[in-house]
Amino acid sequence: MTVQKLPIAKAINESLRKAMETDPKVLVMGEDVGKLGGVFRVTDGLFKDFGEDRVIDTPLAESGIVGTAIGLALRGYRPVVEIQFDGFVFPAYDQIVTQLAKMHARALGKIKLPVVVRIPYGGGIGAVEHHSESPEALFAHVAGLKVVSPSNASDAYWMMQQAIQSDDPVIFFEPKRRYWDKGEVDTEAIPAPLHKARTVRAGSDLTLVAYGPMVKVCLEAAAAAQEEGKSIEVVDLRSMSPIDFDAVQASVERTGRLVVVHEAPVFYGAGAEIAARITERCFYHLEAPVLRVGGYHAPYPPARLEEDYLPGLDRVLDAVDRSLAY
Amino acid sequence: MTVESTAARKPRRSSKRTAGAGARKTAAEPELVQLLTPEGERVEHPDYDVDLSPEELRGLYRDMVLTRRFDAEATSLQRQGELGLWASLLGQEAAQIGSGRALRDDDYVFPTYREHGVAWCRGVDPTNLLGMFRGVNHGGWDPNTNNFHLYTIVIGSQTLHATGYAMGITKDGADSAVVAYFGDGASSQGDVAEAFTFSAVYNAPVVFFCQNNQWAISEPTEKQMRVPLYQRAQGFGFPGVRVDGNDVLACLAVTKSALERARRGEGPTLVEAFTYRMGAHTTSDDPTKYRADEEREAWEAKDPILRLRTYLENAGHADAAFFEELESESETLGKRVREAVRAMPDPEPMAIFENIYADGHALVDEERAQFAAYQASFADGEGN
Repeated sequence: MTVQKLPIAKAINESLRKAMETDPKVLVMGEDVGKLGGVFRVTDGLFKDFGEDRVIDTPLAESGIVGTAIGLALRGYRPVVEIQFDGFVFPAYDQIVTQLAKMHARALGKIKLPVVVRIPYGGGIGAVEHHSESPEALFAHVAGLKVVSPSNASDAYWMMQQAIQSDDPVIFFEPKRRYWDKGEVDTEAIPAPLHKARTVRAGSDLTLVAYGPMVKVCLEAAAAAQEEGKSIEVVDLRSMSPIDFDAVQASVERTGRLVVVHEAPVFYGAGAEIAARITERCFYHLEAPVLRVGGYHAPYPPARLEEDYLPGLDRVLDAVDRSLAY
Repeated sequence: MTVESTAARKPRRSSKRTAGAGARKTAAEPELVQLLTPEGERVEHPDYDVDLSPEELRGLYRDMVLTRRFDAEATSLQRQGELGLWASLLGQEAAQIGSGRALRDDDYVFPTYREHGVAWCRGVDPTNLLGMFRGVNHGGWDPNTNNFHLYTIVIGSQTLHATGYAMGITKDGADSAVVAYFGDGASSQGDVAEAFTFSAVYNAPVVFFCQNNQWAISEPTEKQMRVPLYQRAQGFGFPGVRVDGNDVLACLAVTKSALERARRGEGPTLVEAFTYRMGAHTTSDDPTKYRADEEREAWEAKDPILRLRTYLENAGHADAAFFEELESESETLGKRVREAVRAMPDPEPMAIFENIYADGHALVDEERAQFAAYQASFADGEGN
């Protein structure tokens, strides 16, 4: 049977397993990814089946993990690196930005860096500090990196396949609070291209653009708005670098209104880039300014406040109302 | 002649421990492996030796002389405005040629930006090194042609790449080894400590070759460390050795030994080549602001090339004709480098958009097209 109902975490696990079975050069490495199977169990069982040579429990040093992954890639391997939590990626930021992103260009294309950096990201799990952040814009800003985030199990499976096959470094943001959300995964389907957006709900009055954990919130908002007679289209961006602006443009040209939603702080976030580009592309189609819903210019708050900080149904609907009021 | 007598000649880092000096000075000068004294006298060491034919000895001499000549030409080219910057290796020829000639073809090198002598040993054409200093590329050579990675400017980062590459060698079941070059300044970087940890934990076949040239731009080693660098290896669980970095024979012997150890699956070694940066950090630097002439003069007496020349002459391994021929070869190299740099064209503007991604990127495509259209807008009706 090729269609299974899987949680996102398990879909990624199955995808890693498939990649490791298919290509002996694929390695999994990170903190606690071996016997434990990772703190979210995304690599569960891989150590048992592929051994410590291919599922590597690393020292607790993120720069070392990414730096040695680069060396392994130069030797011909395809490492899939796990950064345990979003807020732990910064010790590796130098290796990612200064080395991983630029080495292909530095060599005038003569070497390739097929490294996937997996980062469980985002809030909503009641965690302590540094465990709930959304740093995707910090990576999307860097030429040489590709940045993606699945919102559902099927995409999680297929986008991981495609990320591992990519000859470019891919920062793979996993929506950790959706790890246990189940969805159908067809392992023999023909997947959409990695960097194409997908319209997940059709509508005619306004376009909501989101990715990762916020897609679900936007779908719920669209359903609620429907009850009030508003027809909302939801576009799952899937890729933050490159961004499928053509898909967003096509939607906005029909609806005339755009609200971008992400957990990351609004200031300098993906929404700012999308707003600027879509304003330029769709100036005469827009009925209202592009609005953004996201995190505030504040450190991610303590868990008891995260529901106030995170964009939820009501904040999305508030932005929808403000847009429609123009 | 003993190693101690050499150490006693050190101008700044006296082997005498003075009261209270431990508060800031490094510890007493440890022994360093030496096979050829500054006076050109061949000496024995209990653990290290080389057995080289006169031809091989002349080869090492030739490598050092040609590297120095190339380096001097590059400095001149910077002064003439042909290069934007140059990082001279003057004084470090023995450390680089000695270690570089210890390598096998299948070994892999991860350099910093000053390893011109190692590049020479790997067969990288010297003119290839100059593109980045002229500003026409950021490196550009194919690392896999000579198993010589691109120059790494952010110091220390490459020690992790070397470690990962070495881990891959182990996975492949090969008996190649890797050398990671870095300096005394880079030794303070966290990445270097992480590379030590990873290589020790995975028993990776990597040699960490630190050229301690005493200066990280303006900061002396006292600003980087409180114990002799090579001793740091012990805390990570692998051997460290200090070698006279101006002694090409000792550098060759020590590196070869460390590489063989790596090939046997015994893991990493830290080699500290004790040497001196005779020139400025780069052509943009002014060492007169921070270090005394006397220090440089004291190191001049330990010149790596002069001591081998003395040995070759005294042992009758090289005659006047050899030195004359080498002189002529040096000038030919200088001329070739000069002409190659002057002929090096600026890249086409569209090169900005090339090789950013292996599989392409929609935004790069869009911006490339915009830029091309913008450039084309300057073409007028007269065909200009």
